[in-house]
Amino acid sequence: MSHPAVVQPGQPVALADGVHWIGALDPQMRRFDIILNTANGTSYNAYAVRGSAGVAVIDTVKIEFADEFFARLEQVARYDEIRVIVLNHLEPDHSGALPELMRRAPNAELVLSNRAPSILRALVRELGTEPEFIAVGDGDCFELGDRRLSFVNTPYLHWPDTQCTWLEDQGMLFSGDVFGCHFCDDRLWNDTVGDFRFSFDYYYHHIMRPFRAHVLEALDKLEPLAPRTILPAHGPILRQDPASYMARYRRLATPELAARSGEKTLLVFYASAYGNTERMARAVAEGAEEVEHLRVSLYDLQVSDVAQFVDLIEEADGLVFGSPTLNADAVKPVWELLSSLTLVSVKGKFGAAFGSYGWSGEAVGLVEDRLRGLKMRVPVKGLKVKLNPTEDDLERCRELGRSLGAHLTGTARKRVIDMAELA
Amino acid sequence: MPKASVTFEDIDVTVTVPAGTRLIEVSEKVGAGITYGCREGECGTCMMKIVSGSENLAQPSVLEHQVLSDNLAPRSARLACQAQVLSGEIVVRPA
Repeated sequence: MSHPAVVQPGQPVALADGVHWIGALDPQMRRFDIILNTANGTSYNAYAVRGSAGVAVIDTVKIEFADEFFARLEQVARYDEIRVIVLNHLEPDHSGALPELMRRAPNAELVLSNRAPSILRALVRELGTEPEFIAVGDGDCFELGDRRLSFVNTPYLHWPDTQCTWLEDQGMLFSGDVFGCHFCDDRLWNDTVGDFRFSFDYYYHHIMRPFRAHVLEALDKLEPLAPRTILPAHGPILRQDPASYMARYRRLATPELAARSGEKTLLVFYASAYGNTERMARAVAEGAEEVEHLRVSLYDLQVSDVAQFVDLIEEADGLVFGSPTLNADAVKPVWELLSSLTLVSVKGKFGAAFGSYGWSGEAVGLVEDRLRGLKMRVPVKGLKVKLNPTEDDLERCRELGRSLGAHLTGTARKRVIDMAELA
Repeated sequence: MPKASVTFEDIDVTVTVPAGTRLIEVSEKVGAGITYGCREGECGTCMMKIVSGSENLAQPSVLEHQVLSDNLAPRSARLACQAQVLSGEIVVRPA
């Protein structure tokens, strides 16, 4: 059975009693936010909900699509009927038409999550005045007469301000970017559009994955609502088996290794030109293996796939990087991995660096700076050895492994030091 | 010069510091888990929990107070890039 397009130019799409899609399709989009590819474009989903006491607009669209958004909105409401504008997320692809909507609907109240105000002020500077708004958190409500919107705070999915809006009488969850994807299909519903499973997973992996702890916290709040329809801010509207999309998020966000083993994990990565940094790496791993309840893995970066390591790193508790110094820098395989970690959260993991060098040995300090930049803890000073490591040097490497392992397993000795020693 | 001590609870390190030191000057060097964003007291990334000894830190500036308030911070929170050590013993950990 073929499914005709439900999105027509200038026309809203009725989703339920008094609920309309008033967003825009962007089929020409191929690259989003610099980092995301999309095979067939995306959509900016915005919604209008009519109650007996007025209309709510939930999210807007990217500014280039404002005319389409207003054309659809005008089909379902007069501007003086709009009582509230809810922004689940203030990123410009959802707030682009906000300043103009606030001009056209001056009586509407603006509702945002309680993490959003500082972002709002920076976004609507063109209004020239400090915007008035209602900041909401979990359980706060907005009454539209015979129906009620309530709000679920879901921070860091994927900005601090993100929230979901719940329309209880229809079981509709307006989820913002959560459960969305960059997939453009004018049939709109998940059971009539093309196969978009890859887009759904891709979006999770590139947008939500760094925040997976927050994803799990949000799911704990959203699953009990048991929504009958999930209405995200991008991609198909999920009316067929919406619970399966929540279950997919839960599976993708749940750490597997820690649950299985109960051990801490330490990954030792190295690249080595003449075998010196490799010998150091083996010694670091040997030292760490002496620590109980610590599982240690050793990897040569020169012959390996960075993407696989990113997966391992997401699950690991500690990371050690060994790099020789070439032309006063760490070597490319090390940087390739260290520059690929924005997809996962490494904040708070333990890290350390080491390496052999011939002349000046900058690599270790540069890698340590990168680890700190990634918001990791670097409690053990890095270790650099000029050319061939001696047995004493290798023992220092083992001690680095033992010491980092002790931090990982919570058995490190308490240290007292003077600031002057830290220079 | 008067001294104070700051303990970073997450890595079990205590550092003796001169009065007037800002936490940002110490925490990264010892490898503590407090993380920084703008380093200028605006973004709130470096929010930390003062476990004890908050009275031994200089009072928050108007800017720091505003950022803490915008981020719904509890009373025990301070920004590590702004907080200045005065004296005594202070124990902190990442928020």
